[in-house]
Amino acid sequence: MAEKLYMIALSPTMTEGTLARWKVSEGQAFKAGSVLCEVETDKASMDYEAPKDGVLLKVLLAEGGRAAVGDVIGIIGKAGESPDALLAQLSPGAGGAGSKAGGTEAAAAAPTVAASAASASPVPGTAGPGLSRPVEPPVAAHAGPAPSSPLARVLAAELGVDIRTLRGTGPGGRVVKRDVEAAAAGGSGGPAPGRAGPVPAGARPGSGPSSSAVPRGPTGEQTVRMEPVAGKRAVIARRLSESFFSAPHYYLKRTVDAGRLLALREALADPEGRKPSINALLAKLAAAALAGHPAVNAGWKDEGAGKASVEYRSRVDIGLAVALPDGLITPVVRDCGSKGISRIDAEMSDLVAKAKGSGLSPEEYTGATFTITNLGGFGVEEFTAIINPPGSAILAVGAALDEPVALPDGTVAVRKRMRLTLGCDHRVIDGAVGAAFLRDLAGMIEEPGRALA
Amino acid sequence: MAVLTYREALNRALDEELARDDRVLLMGEEVGEYDGAYKVSKGLLAKYGPNRVLDTPITELGFTGLGVGAAMAGLRPVVEWMTHNFALLALDQVVNEAAKMRYMSGGQFSVPIVFRGPNGPAEYLASQHSQALESYWAHVPGLKVVAPATPADAYGLLKSAIRDDDPVVMLEAEMMYGLKGEVPDGEFLVPIGKAEVRRPGSDVTLITYSKPLWTVLEAAEELARQGFSAEVLDLRTLRPLDEEAIYASVRKTNRCVVVTESWPQASVASHVAWLVSRNCFDRLDAPVELVSGEDVPMPYNHALELAAQPNVPKVVAAARRVLYAEG
Repeated sequence: MAEKLYMIALSPTMTEGTLARWKVSEGQAFKAGSVLCEVETDKASMDYEAPKDGVLLKVLLAEGGRAAVGDVIGIIGKAGESPDALLAQLSPGAGGAGSKAGGTEAAAAAPTVAASAASASPVPGTAGPGLSRPVEPPVAAHAGPAPSSPLARVLAAELGVDIRTLRGTGPGGRVVKRDVEAAAAGGSGGPAPGRAGPVPAGARPGSGPSSSAVPRGPTGEQTVRMEPVAGKRAVIARRLSESFFSAPHYYLKRTVDAGRLLALREALADPEGRKPSINALLAKLAAAALAGHPAVNAGWKDEGAGKASVEYRSRVDIGLAVALPDGLITPVVRDCGSKGISRIDAEMSDLVAKAKGSGLSPEEYTGATFTITNLGGFGVEEFTAIINPPGSAILAVGAALDEPVALPDGTVAVRKRMRLTLGCDHRVIDGAVGAAFLRDLAGMIEEPGRALA
Repeated sequence: MAVLTYREALNRALDEELARDDRVLLMGEEVGEYDGAYKVSKGLLAKYGPNRVLDTPITELGFTGLGVGAAMAGLRPVVEWMTHNFALLALDQVVNEAAKMRYMSGGQFSVPIVFRGPNGPAEYLASQHSQALESYWAHVPGLKVVAPATPADAYGLLKSAIRDDDPVVMLEAEMMYGLKGEVPDGEFLVPIGKAEVRRPGSDVTLITYSKPLWTVLEAAEELARQGFSAEVLDLRTLRPLDEEAIYASVRKTNRCVVVTESWPQASVASHVAWLVSRNCFDRLDAPVELVSGEDVPMPYNHALELAAQPNVPKVVAAARRVLYAEG
């Protein structure tokens, strides 16, 4: 049966595309997965792969033409079939045809089967749920997001997979659990048509934008390689943008003397010489300082219709930004206020190892009320960071460096100095409130005993 | 542990309860002199006498009403219906009297009564005597409904039903009376309202009750051969439903098939399917499937009669649909 070929979303954000080139001519047969045409999207030129075997019966969108997602760009079917019936339906004035696609179009493509199932008669073998089967619409190129099972949607959100980029293997192209799991595992399970197109051979999907070099053009000419963004990268991009563009950020900087903190770290070494991480010490001190500044441990909650609340939390759950080969994640140590440094350190190192290995479950990386990010290991002296919701503040920690310091007695000494930058959401934390917290935290870092006071 | 038939297990439960509590009595067509149409009451008349084991006329509405009145007056009758098909005549007494008496008397009367007998198709009994009518009872607030599938559950649930202070409808099956199974020697009760996992699994939950359990267990075996791990949940009680057990299983497997020999529309199984769709929505990877008796009066022709009931291929096919493993 002849079917409409729709313009589909070849990237998560694509709303329309330009038909660059048909790779199949009218009357020519094609195999499922072969490239029907090239489409220029908002991001890249993408291959539109055939959803099934067939013949291109009619081209409706000429090369160079633009079409919105859901528009009909051609008619496909079996050899010898005529596109005329569908063409008549698509012609202007043919009652309600239009060119927008939707589930109803797919259902209409199988009217005879659907009708026989609808007229259920009480004769064994022709009706009744046990003997007959509900009729699924045929698998066809469809417009808009693919249908998906509820579980697939939940899993996709949990695993950071953009479900709109997947092609489902269930009935009617439904995206089901196995499709999401395959995508999350980086497998080839059901990628959308064209997604694999522009990635050069040898480049691993999800290996990060910096990991594969762009092949050089002749004599210094600029060449580019477009890598569609999906999965974890897309989630990170969206969340950071949401945070940065919705929370008015401001930054407070302060330099502290890290000598006592580093001495404390040495003092806490266990008999085998294992010392707690600086980040575990900072998490403990931050929790102690936050106890006196509930606003810095709070969060902004938009409730729609112009309403909002500030959520104050009884517990300090500290997230630590951890770099991964293909992104970053913030494992969360719960209730740092009531845990000792060694426990925080043990939980933190377990979570970091898990984040870099098998991966964290959502409850292990969401819900931080305060976040610490430390680029001191890269020699970065100071930097600003983007707040990690639902927290309202993030502490960016620089390297502890030997610096000359003017002492009160007029002499100069060399001390370990560390720069802190506190990023705050001004909707929740006013400047003076953030400054008071940072003052108290700095005091505790310079004299950790104050955390006990 | 003794191996008893389903009928022997029921007989043992009746015997023990008649002995334990002299308010308990058994009444129904042929339960006395004839030892029961299916020999469930064998030997009880001889042991307990005609005041405790009563043969009744062939008047379902009449003797069911007699039982309800006796229960209101303080006795604990067990009313045997020769089959649930005949109990249709007694619907008014069960639905309008037994189920509502506690509510409408403001708690002045309770109706501690058990209605029991075989339900569902057997063989060669044609349309009027091959019906699975549990939905009629499970529909009604004020009733409890149990449907044991094993001799041990038949024993334990009948004893719980007799000791319950409210009306309980018990569904047995002609084809199960000869079914053998282990029954612990000591006295025990099976709580009303508790489902049982008959076979643990991880890929799909098959929910059923009563006789189809045995078909479903066979289907689970076949699915295992095909590489799928099916969990089989036996509801055992149809009202109140053990929703917790249902959700726990479906949330684990993400897929659900409900199997019943009753008709599909407005059935216990379609209600369970709705509950699952409603309460496990975000954990479902496929629409809930229903395998039911076909939506037709039971054909007399034996080949058609078998085709109209759930069977292993139908259950396996439904499971493969929710597993997206068709074809």
